[in-house]
Amino acid sequence: MTRWERFLDTFFNVEVMARYLPKIAEGFVVTVELALLVVVSGLALGLLLAVVRTLRVRVLNALIVLYVDLFRALPPLVVIVLVYFGGPAAGWSPSGFVATWLSLAVVLSAFAEEIFWAGILAVPRGQWEAARSTGLGALQTLGWVVLPQAVRMTVPPLTNRTIAITKGTALGSVVAVSEILSSAQTAVSFSFNPSPLTLGAAAYLVLFIPVVMLGRWVETRFAWKR
Amino acid sequence: MAPGARPVLSIRGLRKSFGSVEVLKGIDLDVRARELVFVIGPSGSGKSTLLRCCNRLEEPTDGSILFDGIDVLSPRTDINAVRRRIGMVFQSFNLYPHMTAAGNVMLALRRVLKKGRAEADAIARAALARVGLADKAGSYPGELSGGQQQRVAIARALALEPVAVLFDEPTSALDPELVGSVLQVMRELREAGMTMVVVSHEMGFARAAADRVLFMDQGEIVEEGPPAQIFGAPRHARTRAFIEQIVRH
Repeated sequence: MTRWERFLDTFFNVEVMARYLPKIAEGFVVTVELALLVVVSGLALGLLLAVVRTLRVRVLNALIVLYVDLFRALPPLVVIVLVYFGGPAAGWSPSGFVATWLSLAVVLSAFAEEIFWAGILAVPRGQWEAARSTGLGALQTLGWVVLPQAVRMTVPPLTNRTIAITKGTALGSVVAVSEILSSAQTAVSFSFNPSPLTLGAAAYLVLFIPVVMLGRWVETRFAWKR
Repeated sequence: MAPGARPVLSIRGLRKSFGSVEVLKGIDLDVRARELVFVIGPSGSGKSTLLRCCNRLEEPTDGSILFDGIDVLSPRTDINAVRRRIGMVFQSFNLYPHMTAAGNVMLALRRVLKKGRAEADAIARAALARVGLADKAGSYPGELSGGQQQRVAIARALALEPVAVLFDEPTSALDPELVGSVLQVMRELREAGMTMVVVSHEMGFARAAADRVLFMDQGEIVEEGPPAQIFGAPRHARTRAFIEQIVRH
């Protein structure tokens, strides 16, 4: 066996790949489900926190800042492991899937809150004043005038952060979620061949390259003439 | 059209401090229906703050404001209901950049007055036609000149059929050649009998259109009177100095 043949056999063994493709495909579905849940709930919670912060209630804002700083500082894996292994001690035993979903959603919400908040602050004060002077209430002004502008400004950092944290679904492999990475690792230990990992990497590309492209499309779509 | 006798806006003892700095030191002012009151004065004299207190964009420290018989400063007053009846036009236009000209005018019609889409659209188009921009309904603010943007902002205020309109330096951010179109709209508004309070440096417009000119300095109304008096024969030394200064430039 030449070196080249050994390389191909190690990473691109077609027979092994074909055998474990269905397993990886199942993992792919789990990753997609997890990713969608994390993105939707994380961004929604982040937006909600940013909106609450505009009410400028001192106690609430202090709590939000504490929450945001805490979950931006903690590595996502630490949060997942804490929830999954620490939860049962507190009388709550989430599945690996639920633990990963909640942990990543909370981490994403912390980053998203900061990004949305920066966007809200970047909207000129005159926009608030113009809207309020026509009789719109604070929440109406936020919803119709300020947030549409804030969200547009924050699309680039938001897509970056969302993609980075959604890729963290791979961390679910640590707490027995049979997503892409975990399925690939299982396949490797059964076949004694790393080719399923190549397949797993390809699955991530298939999933995230369209997401990256969608992010770029959203950025151009939401830009408006100044 | 001669001003009516009934005061639309009645301000008594209005004070406003920012921290330890008192910007308004007890302002008394009555504005009658269909009157155009012009406010002049050096920068930092409190002109803009006076306007912004009228609809509580700034919260006054002390005093009383009656607008159309409503106690504006009472905590029991629904300030949003008052605001929609006082139009306000800003120096920097403050149009919503993500909405078309018609969208800018329609927002409060739809969300404050709860009008249906078709009705709001018709009112918006009529308001834009009134400021000479019927053909720009579908344009975004970024596609309009400064003068056009300010006229859209005036249309946005007028569409709510306000009892009075406050103008806060409406032409100060405009290139000189664009000022005329905005002043023309204001002149037409005045002829239609709109009650207006205008903070501005357009002395030519004040001379021609104002019923009364107030000169403010250091948070006080120093002198007031018809434009001929304030510009031609100011009684107060501070007024005289200010008028001389702007005439010389």
